[in-house]
Amino acid sequence: MKALACGLALLLVPLALQAEYGDVVLNRRSDASGVRPVVFPHWFHRIRFRCKVCHQELGFKMRAGANDVQMADILDGKFCGMCHNNTVAWGPDRCDLCHSALPRTPPGIVGGAQTSGPGRW
Amino acid sequence: MTGAWRKFFVWGLGIVSAAALAAAPALWIALEKDGLHDPANPGIKLLQQPAEALAPLPRDTAGNLVRWVQALDSGAINPRTNILPGTPVRVLDQDIIVSKFGSMPAVKFPHRQHTLWLDCSNCHNGLFKDKIGANKFSMVAILNGEQCGLCHGAVAFPLTECNRCHSVPNASLRRPRAAP
Repeated sequence: MKALACGLALLLVPLALQAEYGDVVLNRRSDASGVRPVVFPHWFHRIRFRCKVCHQELGFKMRAGANDVQMADILDGKFCGMCHNNTVAWGPDRCDLCHSALPRTPPGIVGGAQTSGPGRW
Repeated sequence: MTGAWRKFFVWGLGIVSAAALAAAPALWIALEKDGLHDPANPGIKLLQQPAEALAPLPRDTAGNLVRWVQALDSGAINPRTNILPGTPVRVLDQDIIVSKFGSMPAVKFPHRQHTLWLDCSNCHNGLFKDKIGANKFSMVAILNGEQCGLCHGAVAFPLTECNRCHSVPNASLRRPRAAP
């Protein structure tokens, strides 16, 4: 019976989270600040911008978790705020469009190496 | 079969196949069902769905199910190369062959495909030294998210696609001269 339950649980785990490959969750402070965590979808951005725009011009380090992105910096036009300024893309007043993850979603890259990819067997 | 029955049969078949098509599993999960986005968030209705954006692009079998380089080369997408007007846009058309004569086919690293997306400084000289032969590659490190694995397995095509990198038969390469 226990084995059956374990088997069922294993079957359910991959079904629970099927985020798109390369989605990044930012949640260093979101939960603590009472807002939803941020979902950064790589697929959406790379249709519009090459990697080098964010990872070279905007200064985002390539390792997920290596960037300490604060709302104050975004409002000052740094990080996301270089485009999310109501000129290139929607502005930082549109909270819900970025802060869109389920509360208590842990930070990190999902849909990639940490989940179905072979880097974390 | 009478005309009425034939009509009934044809219509029935049509409805059944339409239902089967509608029930076919979607290639990309809708945001509100992906277990990541909060379906209760009012803003979710305004976000673009992956299926809408990715379905028209060249199809792949892994990752986002998109052949991203082919999407660039075919002109299906033309993402911006820079935001600041003064940023130099550097593309290098040069292939490097590494990991020769191992148990796997050798690896061809194409600079062109990488520099279409990335700047030189994204890899050099932090991740990799810009000198042929100066970098020691390890598949264990790569599988643990280091070296190539920083992107491949996270955003670029995943590490299940061995032959996309290990693509050069060792037999096609010149062996180093045996020591006398």
